[in-house]
Amino acid sequence: MRPYDFAVARDVPDAVHRTASAGTAYLAGGTTLVDLMKLGVMTPAHVVDINRLPLRGVYADAFGLHIGALERMSDVAAHPLVQYYPVVAQALMGASPQLRNMATIGGNLLQRTRCGYFRDTNTPCNKRQPGTGCPARTGENRGHAILGTSESCVATHASDLAVALVALDARLALYGGHGPRAVPLAGFYRLPGSTPHIENHLLPGELISGVLVPPLPWARRSTYLMLRDRRSYGFALASAAVAVDLVGGIIRDVRVAAGGVATVPWRLPAVEYALRGRPLRQDVVESAARRAVDGARPLSQNRFKIALVQRAIVRALMSLGGTDG
Amino acid sequence: MDQSKDLATHGQPAAGGVSRRRFLASSAAASAGVAVGAPAAEAAGVAESGANPAGAGPAGANPVEVRLLVNGRPRQLTLDPRVTLLDALRDRLGLTGTKKGCDLGQCGSCTVHVDGRRVLSCLTLAASVDGRRVTTIEGLAHGDRLHPVQQAFIDHDAFQCGFCTPGQSMSAVALLAERRPLGSDDEIRDWMSGNLCRCGAYGNILDAIKTVAGQ
Repeated sequence: MRPYDFAVARDVPDAVHRTASAGTAYLAGGTTLVDLMKLGVMTPAHVVDINRLPLRGVYADAFGLHIGALERMSDVAAHPLVQYYPVVAQALMGASPQLRNMATIGGNLLQRTRCGYFRDTNTPCNKRQPGTGCPARTGENRGHAILGTSESCVATHASDLAVALVALDARLALYGGHGPRAVPLAGFYRLPGSTPHIENHLLPGELISGVLVPPLPWARRSTYLMLRDRRSYGFALASAAVAVDLVGGIIRDVRVAAGGVATVPWRLPAVEYALRGRPLRQDVVESAARRAVDGARPLSQNRFKIALVQRAIVRALMSLGGTDG
Repeated sequence: MDQSKDLATHGQPAAGGVSRRRFLASSAAASAGVAVGAPAAEAAGVAESGANPAGAGPAGANPVEVRLLVNGRPRQLTLDPRVTLLDALRDRLGLTGTKKGCDLGQCGSCTVHVDGRRVLSCLTLAASVDGRRVTTIEGLAHGDRLHPVQQAFIDHDAFQCGFCTPGQSMSAVALLAERRPLGSDDEIRDWMSGNLCRCGAYGNILDAIKTVAGQ
């Protein structure tokens, strides 16, 4: 691990001030940063511990559900108010219990990809070292993305929580050198394009202070389905975040997003459009789910994801009260 | 051999005795003709010279002071900020019951409790838990009386090589506090999924946990 100096931020402005110098990384739960510093993938010269900042608490008001950025995944998943959004609570259960006790909400949304080439400093990677190339395009790419990819990068976005939150139109509260601002989570992530090393729209020194999930009473009928190589503790090969406003068997409104298949959390407006006003029925859902892979570009080892993500969406939707006939 | 006593004193000096590890360390030191010993360095309040720069070795240019309450005992360390809680426990405090498996947060061998919650000590910077309460496998037993989870692991033959056992035990103790009732066998497996056992003792580990829970 490269040497760094370590400081504990006293308050939010202090934290932002300390990141004025380049090469500074915030430390929250550490499950991404410490891992990647050990691998030599992240090499900050300064580490600022933000765990003592008052970015805690889960509460609801007229604007929706507020979740402090430093709340731990396990606490949020178990929080009574979060049970009104089952898709969020379930999307927080993919990691091991130990990781869930450590990892924060803000850190989860900023976690780095699990692409094996990104994590291996002996190989080229445009995300880790811009301009060096992307071995994944023709190499080991079974777990990689089929949507939102570019010539430069095909790495999958790893956060399940982000997929659930994008489906719910969540907003991020940010704090930086110019004070606070709020942005939609959907617009926060950047497609890789030719600059895969720039993953989001955070300004230098800016940090996530919280998440706001707007009120959505019918989100009680929602779920997050992960399809993985093993049943527990793994990253999704394909996942679906869905919520349905079901009235008399008819889909009045619906939210659908997919994970494990795209370079950013992937909202699916075309699938939603095809479902609105229709009965929640197997054939209707199967037909609508085909739109999920519009524009998909499978790689040598991940063509199976085209079918897998559709089945994830279908099974998730049908589990919310669908009928066969 | 009395298996229960061996587990109870795993990796730490038995009262009035010498642990296997310390015996080996002092033997190696004697044969190599150099002074070794984390406890001595700790007592002197200085960092010992270590071979691994990212381990618990030299404090470096910007050392940090870290106070921990480890198994009920206050500890103060001067550490390189890169030192993980795992390395601090093992290399500086001599608490080698906590195991280093993958060292990348994937296997669960290094599981300890911080303020009563199970976490991975290999992904926890020691500096980030300054002032916190840490419990390791050495802190589970009360003297010669094993924690019920430890006893159940012995009774159910819930290990073969034993390397993952401290982590499995710490995870199981936490799980029993987190969830009552524990739920189905599949749910228990899910809640223990952060601890890998390459010997494949999962079935017996499950039985041990269910026994403690009275299921």
